[in-house]
Amino acid sequence: MKLFLLGFRASLPMLLGILPFGLITGATAVATGLSAGQAIAMAAIVFAGASQLAGLQLIAGGAPLFVIYLTTLFINLRFVMYSAALAPHLRHEAIGMKALVAYLLTDQAFAFSLHYYATTSEPKHKTWFYLGVAVAMWLTWMLANIMGVLLGARIPPGWSLDFAIPLTFMALLLPVVRDRPTVLAALVAAVVAVLGHSWPLNMGLIVAALAGIAAGTVAEGLKR
Amino acid sequence: MIWLAILGMGLITFGLRLSFLALSGRLAAPDWLTRALRFVPVAVLTALVVPAIIYREGVLSLSLSNERLIAGLLAAIVAWRTRSVLATLAVGMGGVWLLQALAR
Repeated sequence: MKLFLLGFRASLPMLLGILPFGLITGATAVATGLSAGQAIAMAAIVFAGASQLAGLQLIAGGAPLFVIYLTTLFINLRFVMYSAALAPHLRHEAIGMKALVAYLLTDQAFAFSLHYYATTSEPKHKTWFYLGVAVAMWLTWMLANIMGVLLGARIPPGWSLDFAIPLTFMALLLPVVRDRPTVLAALVAAVVAVLGHSWPLNMGLIVAALAGIAAGTVAEGLKR
Repeated sequence: MIWLAILGMGLITFGLRLSFLALSGRLAAPDWLTRALRFVPVAVLTALVVPAIIYREGVLSLSLSNERLIAGLLAAIVAWRTRSVLATLAVGMGGVWLLQALAR
């Protein structure tokens, strides 16, 4: 319990940054045409902001289901990396607890916990600290989404609320474009996405993502 | 359709999160995967953002009259300098509202 509270408190400063993101996601969901129940269910079931927003953008554009699924897969592939990094620390837990850990896994829970794990070797402490951060994140995310849903129903369409989606992505994207391979990955993805904008079934998005990933990986390989 | 989208997105995301945790650290992520994964968010997010800003009602619009392009570029500079979601949203949304009001 002490460790749970330690994790919970450690995450507090970051929760302020989550609030506007969750608000926008909830409000955009309603603006896209989801019912309040669907919007809140999406936050609870998917529980991953960037992919929720991408899903909403695609739903609004009438994209087919498999494109929505593929885009979710791409955006959330990073969780595989987090899962691999956490696994050795939590291997003592039963599968039920692992499922709970997996459901609650976010960028923040991952980053805070690995940082803390460098300072402890007690396996039970590791689980409880993780849960402290992750539950704080979950409560904040749900609360922000619900507030967004309530607000979103009152926001008139003339306010261009859908523009908040690309803006949020920008804030997530630009800080990680730091070196030559990432710049190249972004440029290639941008050019292909623009050229493929009118391709059927939103395939431009999928091909652009693959081309960007390939360009970045090759550029990094050449650097060595 | 919307429920199917939500449930499918949830299942895919949960599967990715559980993947290596379920394997109990018996298997580590291969090196090439870790390297390629670094570029996934950059590539996907760029591919979502750029068309959303330079296309207006389905038509390529690289002119000053495209409010989203101008406000988006301003917001990009703010995102780059501050790394803040809140500041980026404030400048981008504020910019688009201002330009729309001026255009009227």
